[in-house]
Amino acid sequence: MMQSNLPAPSQLPARIVVEDLNAYFGGAHALHHITAQIPDKKLTAIIGPSGCGKSTFLRCLNRMHELVAGARVSGRVVMDDIDIYDKRVDPVRLRRRVGMVFQKPNPFPTMSIRENVLAGLTLNGIRPKDADAIVQHTLERVALWTEVKDKLHNSGTSLSGGQQQRLCIARVLAVQPSVILLDEPCSALDPIATARIEELFAELKNEYTLVMVTHNMQQAARVSDYTAFFYMGDLVELDTTQRIFTNPKVSKTEEYVTGRFG
Amino acid sequence: MTTEAITLDSHSQSTKPPSDAASHLLHADFGERRRKWFSHFVVALCGVSAVVVLVPLASIFLYIINKGAPGLSLDFFTKLPTPVGVAGGGLSNAVLGTLTLIGIASAIGLPIGILAGVYVAEVGKGRVADLIRFFAEVLSGVPSITIGVFVYAVLVVPMKTFSAFAGGVSLAIIMIPTVARTTEELLRMVPSQLREASLALGVPQWKTSIFIVLRTAAPGILTGVMLGIARIAGETAPLLFTAFNNRFLSTRLDQPIASLPVQILTYATSPYAEWQQKAWTGAFVLVFVILILNLIARLGTRRQVGGAS
Ligand SMILES: Nc1ncnc2c1ncn2[C@@H]1O[C@H](COP(=O)(O)OP(=O)(O)O)[C@@H](O)[C@H]1O
Ligand SMILES: [Mg+2]
Repeated sequence: MMQSNLPAPSQLPARIVVEDLNAYFGGAHALHHITAQIPDKKLTAIIGPSGCGKSTFLRCLNRMHELVAGARVSGRVVMDDIDIYDKRVDPVRLRRRVGMVFQKPNPFPTMSIRENVLAGLTLNGIRPKDADAIVQHTLERVALWTEVKDKLHNSGTSLSGGQQQRLCIARVLAVQPSVILLDEPCSALDPIATARIEELFAELKNEYTLVMVTHNMQQAARVSDYTAFFYMGDLVELDTTQRIFTNPKVSKTEEYVTGRFG
Repeated sequence: MTTEAITLDSHSQSTKPPSDAASHLLHADFGERRRKWFSHFVVALCGVSAVVVLVPLASIFLYIINKGAPGLSLDFFTKLPTPVGVAGGGLSNAVLGTLTLIGIASAIGLPIGILAGVYVAEVGKGRVADLIRFFAEVLSGVPSITIGVFVYAVLVVPMKTFSAFAGGVSLAIIMIPTVARTTEELLRMVPSQLREASLALGVPQWKTSIFIVLRTAAPGILTGVMLGIARIAGETAPLLFTAFNNRFLSTRLDQPIASLPVQILTYATSPYAEWQQKAWTGAFVLVFVILILNLIARLGTRRQVGGAS
């Protein structure tokens, strides 16, 4: 699965350029001077031991971090030639361009499957004329259409965990983001549901830039093109997944991927 | 089962003397016997207390049914009161008046109570939210007659008349803390993942609070609303200074209006037997309505708990 002929991340067109990013929770310095380039239309995995700042890093990319009381960010995160922390940027509009999928599937319990898919549009006052087509197309995209096409008006929470997670991905796709952040999207799912979601990611990365936090190194090795290893708030190494797992530059990375700690 | 346990016990005692380590399992010493006796005593005391609580409640119900039900008829809800000595008639003015007052109180109290709850749970940080919570708590402890006097001073005196509006306002003030508190508590129970999912979709904070968080908590909040209405339906004291009373059917908000509690008070303290009968029937209807509101609230809670699993 691992592609061996990928260039180093800095040699590819970057979707997101992170420069000297620091994140704080009150006085706690959670991310230290992160500088990284996230390649366009690739799947970049974020690995590292629990508490090393993986989720925090992800949440700095769609400005969800600042929603935590007392949380702060410094540095630059450049997308489409603008720093997303620039005063002119509206974080609400940014989040429509940078979608996010969470660890626990979280469809809106008061909404039907169909309403869940359209939620990002309807909640923003958009009533698309071709709603049916959007629902069908988006659900086909996440390989859920045939399973739910006869029960679109059932509650989203009536689905299985894996189906719910695919519904949540559909909900993100419906607002047409260009980047999708995935925070341990499979960790609440069984192996079969996980395999199906991983197949889906392999397809989605043709169109979207995916950044996925995972605590499962086999998963990172299976599905990602690039891997970033975080340790205690530092970005230790970002390289092709193949190099991270077979020939990392930093010994700490090697210790982690060979399972000597974590 | 008991006999088996006894035979086993005597069997083990007769064949094998217990070791020192096991002896405390077998012989109840004096202290332990006392502890057991005390435990039985406490259980019995709880039982007695439960009965002591239930007996007055049940006897009030039975008494009111017994006294009130005989006067129950369609006329009670559709006819106006008759003068002393004239048989028949009903309390349609009071029934309609109570519904009107509840309507006004809900129209004012529910939006304010719910929005205050949303503000405290979702928006307000620190001092302001604490202050609102504190005032709501104080307000819920203020005797309702005080609220009546307050509304008398700020509405009845300037308007130079008792009015349904003033009555509704005083009931709304009584209702707001209950509704705000329930709303806040139920919003806090909505999983933060839903909030985050909505915000991450690029939905603004206020829309997330209303259309996702409030929406998800709505069935439970309905319960709080029912309890809030049940709480005000029987209020009498604040209405004496505000809505006052009205012998006629009134739909005007700027005129005095009748209500079941005030009508019950008037009739119950009168010396006429027919009026006293109407007071009992009025009490019966009021208790029944409050009971139903409480039952709906109960069922709502159960449905929500069941649905969450
Ligand atoms: N809401 C929060 N408030 C305070 N500290 C937090 C909060 N969330 C995370 N942290 C701290 O920030 C660090 C990074 O956390 P996180 O990014 O969640 O780690 P990971 O996702 O790699 O497990 C940890 O030390 C954690 O304790
Ligand atoms: Mg995490």
